[in-house]
Amino acid sequence: MSINDLTSMLTDPLMQRALIAAILVGLAAPVVGTYLVQRRLSLLGDGIGHIALTGVALGWLIANVMALTPNDVLALPGAVVAAVVGAVAIELVREHGKTSGDVALALLFYGGIAGGVLLIKAAGGTSANLVGYLFGSISTVTSTDVVMTVVLAALILVVGVGLRTALFAVSHDEEFAIASGLPVRTLNVAIAVIAALTVTVAMRVVGVLLVSALMIVPVAIAQLTARSFRGTMRLAMAIGVVVCIVGLTFTYFQDYSPGATIVVLAIALYAVVAVARPLFARRPWHDPHPDVADDVELARERGEAAPEDQEARR
Amino acid sequence: MTAAVRAEGLVVTLGGTRILRGIDLEVADGEVVALLGANGSGKSTLVRALVGVVPITAGRVELFERPLGRTVEWRRIGYVPQRVSAGSGVPATAGEVVASGLLTNRRLRLPRRYAAAACAALDLVGLADQANRAVRELSGGQQQRVLIARALIRKPDLLLLDEPVAGVDLPSQQAFAQALTRLTEQGTTVLVVLHELGALAPLVRRAVVLRHGAVVHDGAPPVASPEHGGDRHDHVHPHPTAEPPQVGTAPEMRLNT
Repeated sequence: MSINDLTSMLTDPLMQRALIAAILVGLAAPVVGTYLVQRRLSLLGDGIGHIALTGVALGWLIANVMALTPNDVLALPGAVVAAVVGAVAIELVREHGKTSGDVALALLFYGGIAGGVLLIKAAGGTSANLVGYLFGSISTVTSTDVVMTVVLAALILVVGVGLRTALFAVSHDEEFAIASGLPVRTLNVAIAVIAALTVTVAMRVVGVLLVSALMIVPVAIAQLTARSFRGTMRLAMAIGVVVCIVGLTFTYFQDYSPGATIVVLAIALYAVVAVARPLFARRPWHDPHPDVADDVELARERGEAAPEDQEARR
Repeated sequence: MTAAVRAEGLVVTLGGTRILRGIDLEVADGEVVALLGANGSGKSTLVRALVGVVPITAGRVELFERPLGRTVEWRRIGYVPQRVSAGSGVPATAGEVVASGLLTNRRLRLPRRYAAAACAALDLVGLADQANRAVRELSGGQQQRVLIARALIRKPDLLLLDEPVAGVDLPSQQAFAQALTRLTEQGTTVLVVLHELGALAPLVRRAVVLRHGAVVHDGAPPVASPEHGGDRHDHVHPHPTAEPPQVGTAPEMRLNT
């Protein structure tokens, strides 16, 4: 790969659009992922992705009925609407019945994917039309898509980063947030909505099946080394951007799926960091509580024989 | 004198079980009240109902003369829940957790000098140098103190504490008792759920005892049962007795800057 290759890549309008989309997704997805990991909802993105698929098919169906061209013009708006509605529904289910939430989520997930397949057929298409959404199709990103991606990603970043402490507070300790008078339900719904927007934005880059990976894996990597919530989020954003750019660049020269490459890269990075971390630990062992008194006195320290020594002497 | 807390005919039903059966409770401004009772008597549920964490089936709650809800001046209220396990999820530093206590219904973003405020609140509970430590690296007692600092950072006029010293190491208990003494001297109202009075005994003037979700005693703190508090019961400690909190010479509360 020479400088010329890179120049030609960067001047390729197709690649320019793809890069903008990938950078924005790499930046936005880990922001939402940090809150989802914090609230142990790592798989929420997957669920929303399934529902978004129904939205895509619904968009096709409506475009067909209205005889719009191209017939996927409403696919992304359809996905946005369905994902937001689905995410808010999941949040309300979670808030009300915490025990039955699990089954309700499963119903939504599978209903979403089955609904998508049925609706796309009704729209005169085949399941093959959905494949691009399942696995991503970054090379087909249009300028309209880029505009929509920019707007949605900006919204995600403004809410996700701007309200970080408030969103951290509800994710960290919901009880305390209620007892502080915070608008807990509004904040929870805000997280659900930005999660839904992230899914639809990331859908073009990595596909709905791998959206969650882009939200969660950078956070998982950052967690290995960070101490603070803010540090985790920042590092995860940086990792997200880097794996998206590297993955996309690689697949510009080698004919592999960009989405899958990005995700495999992220997981490989996780493995490397997880293995290397102990090697770089500053201190192998330190007393975490040096100022806490040793209030347990051992027989051996008093100069008496410990029970197991007496045992051994017999 | 205004009432910091007023509950009338408070009934709470959770999962079909009636946990609180018509509680009437009034805590005047400046009082220090202990809420005692056996496990399952409803004392934690009562405190959680007072701050709106568990839904109220019947009755009413007022905090500083405002009905529970949006109109309550939440900035004046500091709630310390029982310790939540902090060992999972995304890491957070003690300073971050404490700073989140600055947010209320009136404030969704941190003020500019939040870091200094967080350090000052941690200082009150004896953790001044731990602001940048990850909470999950702290001991159980230190984690509990972080939660107390999170309630103190907003300089509350009313503190509601749910078993703040349960399972907490001795240095943390002493640091906590000292901090609470200073606050009550400045007029902070305290309602504290306790299993036994312990280190807080000198502070508590009034005790409310719950049994099966109803108030069975409201008045002077009960005397500890003889096997623990009697003359012939000798507590033996393997370390020298810690110095008692120096009430008279306590420095000014450093949070008031």
